[in-house]
Amino acid sequence: MDSVIERIQKGKFWQFHGGIHPPEQKFLTCNKPIAHMPIPTQLTIPIRQHIGQAGELVVNVGDTVLKGQALTRANSPMSLPVHAPTSGTITAIKAMTIPHPSGLSEPCIILTPDGEDLWQQRKICPDFQLLSKGQILEKIANAGIAGMGGAGFPTQVKAGTLAKIDYLIINAAECEPYITADDLLLQEHSPTVLDGINILDHLLAPKHILIAIEDNKAQAITALKTATAANSKVEICVIPTKYPSGGEKQLIKILTGQEVPSGVLPSSLGMVMQNVATCFAIADAVINDTPLIKRVVTVTGQALAKPQNFWALIGTPVGDLIERCQYQNQKYKHLIMGGPMMGFSLPHDQIPVVKTSNCILAPSEIEIASPFSSTSNNEVECIRCGQCADACPAQLLPQELQWSAKAKDHKQLESLNLFDCIECGACAYVCPSQIPLVHYYRVAKAEIRQQKLLDIKAEKAKVRFEARKQRLEREKIARAEKHRKAAEARKARMNAGTPAAKAEKSAVAAALARVKAKKAQTSDQQADAVAPEVSDSKKQVANAIARAKAKKLALKKQGQIDDLNTLQSNESQSSVTLSQAAPANSEQKAKVAAAIAKAKAKQQRQSLATTPEPESNATSTLAQNKPQVEVTNDKLAVNENEQSDAAQDNIDRQQKASITEEANTGTVRAANEDDNTRKAKVAAVVAKAKAKKLAEAKQACSSQDKDNLATKQHAQQPTAQQPQQQAEQTSDAAEKKARIAAAVAKAKAKKLAATTHKSQPLE
Amino acid sequence: MAFWIASSPHHHQQSETSALMRLVIYATIPGVLAQWYFFGWGNLIHIALAVVTALVAEFTVLSLRHKKISTQLFDGSAILTAVLIGISLPALAPWWITVTGSLFAIIVVKQLYGGLGHNPFNPAMAAYVMLLISFPVQMTLWQPPLSLLALDIHFVDTLSVIFSGYTPQGYSVEQIRTHIDGYTMATPLDTVKTNITMGLTVVESMQSATIGEHFGVGWEWMNAGFLLGGLYLLKRKAIHWTTPVSFLTSLFVCSFIAFVISPDSSASTMFHWFTGATMLGAFFILTDPVSGATSVKGRLIFGALAGLLVYLIRKFGGYPDAVAFAVLLCNMAAPLIDQYTRPRTYGHKL
Repeated sequence: MDSVIERIQKGKFWQFHGGIHPPEQKFLTCNKPIAHMPIPTQLTIPIRQHIGQAGELVVNVGDTVLKGQALTRANSPMSLPVHAPTSGTITAIKAMTIPHPSGLSEPCIILTPDGEDLWQQRKICPDFQLLSKGQILEKIANAGIAGMGGAGFPTQVKAGTLAKIDYLIINAAECEPYITADDLLLQEHSPTVLDGINILDHLLAPKHILIAIEDNKAQAITALKTATAANSKVEICVIPTKYPSGGEKQLIKILTGQEVPSGVLPSSLGMVMQNVATCFAIADAVINDTPLIKRVVTVTGQALAKPQNFWALIGTPVGDLIERCQYQNQKYKHLIMGGPMMGFSLPHDQIPVVKTSNCILAPSEIEIASPFSSTSNNEVECIRCGQCADACPAQLLPQELQWSAKAKDHKQLESLNLFDCIECGACAYVCPSQIPLVHYYRVAKAEIRQQKLLDIKAEKAKVRFEARKQRLEREKIARAEKHRKAAEARKARMNAGTPAAKAEKSAVAAALARVKAKKAQTSDQQADAVAPEVSDSKKQVANAIARAKAKKLALKKQGQIDDLNTLQSNESQSSVTLSQAAPANSEQKAKVAAAIAKAKAKQQRQSLATTPEPESNATSTLAQNKPQVEVTNDKLAVNENEQSDAAQDNIDRQQKASITEEANTGTVRAANEDDNTRKAKVAAVVAKAKAKKLAEAKQACSSQDKDNLATKQHAQQPTAQQPQQQAEQTSDAAEKKARIAAAVAKAKAKKLAATTHKSQPLE
Repeated sequence: MAFWIASSPHHHQQSETSALMRLVIYATIPGVLAQWYFFGWGNLIHIALAVVTALVAEFTVLSLRHKKISTQLFDGSAILTAVLIGISLPALAPWWITVTGSLFAIIVVKQLYGGLGHNPFNPAMAAYVMLLISFPVQMTLWQPPLSLLALDIHFVDTLSVIFSGYTPQGYSVEQIRTHIDGYTMATPLDTVKTNITMGLTVVESMQSATIGEHFGVGWEWMNAGFLLGGLYLLKRKAIHWTTPVSFLTSLFVCSFIAFVISPDSSASTMFHWFTGATMLGAFFILTDPVSGATSVKGRLIFGALAGLLVYLIRKFGGYPDAVAFAVLLCNMAAPLIDQYTRPRTYGHKL
């Protein structure tokens, strides 16, 4: 271990594999002091800003809060509270877009500042040495401090580790281009940062404290050296600039030459790493009793006239920050939270600054023309040049990962250690084929996680199913056992020879005989019913007819023409409900109606000369299916109806039964989608038939009804025309079907004629 | 207002595959110039012919496969393949050799396997081997250096020979290849190989006219030209140093061992380096990333294997030069090499 310190003192470091040197662009902001942001008009505070669970809400909408007041309460070790960054009123608690690559919404507290900026009661602690470790950790936890370098790991968990710590590493590398937040913090607040480091020293008692900083931050290095001059435990390690040397694993490799084994925390190697901003927050929390409510944010990029670092309150909308830096509008507004390598695009500019937001990057279009956006996709095939593998700091094989990710070969991805990818973006940065490699890995990782969750679920379901099967089996056996015992008991009782037992025996025998007889009967019935479907539809049709008849009868008895309208509506309602109840049937019924209409028309013509009776019968039958026609009919044939009803009923049933059967045999069957067109056609046919009939009826009937009829006819006209138009619009196939329907209808009509002849004598 | 959404990293070093291909094509210029200086217009004509054929073939297949023609046709890969074919063919080979070879390289070896990035074999070398096996007579019509020719041949003569088999004056290829003293000249490698079978020592073979002062008139300069181009590529980091270094070292070691054991029947190490297609193979063919190994260790093995194979085939095989065969054999081995040379991931198997 001494050799490690010796090496560091000599300025020698280890190297991690790969790495890149993207343009640093830190000059934009690194020489300007940190400015203070005025209190914005509204703050959006996501209740979860770290890795872990959200705290429990302790405020309600409408509450007035003071600056530094806790808004949530931690209820588990991995949850952290959030605090009011200024005094004001809680105006809403709702789901808002959170700063996350997913752009998803999570519950946020909306705070409208009152401008007073009133602090809550604070207890300044001048000497933290007087506090116990537990008290300090509690203060850190209550201040809601999470790793401010980007990951947002709860700090009290890291600082409260029970492992023996050799090295406390303070990460001031800030390797990502553009970002200068830590640089400026060190330049201006090195003493406070050092206070934080001392608190961590007190907590962890490490053997050495290493502060790692890249050699491109000369002013910060000077400030740090001055601040730590008196502390012999602290080593300032000025490491060569290379991306991603600020990655935890990479920095540990650089400083100590050790590698953190996959899937293990650095504390197992006796190391703890903290970010400088986190150290500052710790000092503020422990000494000044100030929770984490503000942070330094680098607002940079060439789309800004005045890029700068800001002390921004948590919850400040990004839009306010870029406005302050005089954002120059671009055709495509591109805002990145974080640096150009690992940051994520923001979907809009009302996203708030959170504990982990170290940079807002607003590049101009030529500055960062990302090849990996949805609009500019220059991806070509991988040529296996291997530059990505040379750049990978985790020493993975990005090209092979990419093939497997595209092929969704999850097994191979895991064997290539996909989950060791830190998503630093070095591979995609160097890829000459401009393949968005990191994007492929992210998708693959999410798929694998999802698959694992599903696997766990499936496994649980399987266990449950097996358990249920066993339980059912057990119950079955138990039941059988019970029945067996009962039967034995009964047998024993019956064979006892007493008269009671004999009576019981004969009763059983009789019951058995009854059961047998019943069985035989039912099987006969089953044989009778050839197709249950047919009988079913028949029944429905018959029901409909019966209902219509009942209504008509009622109407007749009342003899009131005024009620016609109500009846009409009632009838149509009933037909609607009927068709709803049996959608398949309505089609058949419609056809039936059409056929009947045609048949009736024929019949009418034949019988017109002799007697008006059948005609009215026919029309009345039609009326049962079509309420509009019924109106006419009822007026025409109020007298005759009573006599003809019974006979007509018979005929009707026969017709319908035969027709339904035929329809069921499937000559004119069509898919349900055709239903509407077919109905329309049928309606058209019916309408035509009606029109014909009406004309005939006019001739046949006496002139007394003429006026009435005319009006009714008039009322019918539109209904008849509409379906006709619809029918005309239908395709050839529909026409064909219509022709078939017509043929069927004709056949029916013939049959009908035959049956009417037969049934007439019955009258 | 439109917000631009992109996946990280947002930055890119702005390199392109096509730029890489162009760079490699430019790097062949010194070698091609040396070839033109010593052997005349033949290979330049073949290069032009191959490029045109390759582009037509690529265009046809890309449109059949409904690919983006504008970007893929000029990504440089087809042109590079064509240039390499043109360089490696005998200068006086008939025109249809080039056309057949280019069509085969682009359509069969490259596109039928899935296009750029998916071909298991180096298209240029696969085409060369196909031609050598199918048309051995035409493929051995090596033209001796201009300085050794009895006839003066110019651009028109070469063009005429390539397209009709005869110069405008009526000389045939065989007549052109004949030395003033009346015998047909072969390549240096061929000469040495034939002489050894005839019982002559290597030292005696070195007296041959085609070999000249060093390792072969023209050939040595051509190889030097490709070496120069290769070094330029290394400097520009277009190719990784591992494959050429390991290939040349391997060839050097193999030939050195043989030379130590039997100096009479073995050519010198530098003879192996500076004749045939050694330098072209080392820097332009074995470094083809698509058909090569990907990891550093894998490339070292790949190059070493190629060096060994080149030596073995040159020494014991039926053909005088061996780079094409060695490359194809190594291409076959590349996936296996990759499988067993995966680097240790950070934090694994400590």
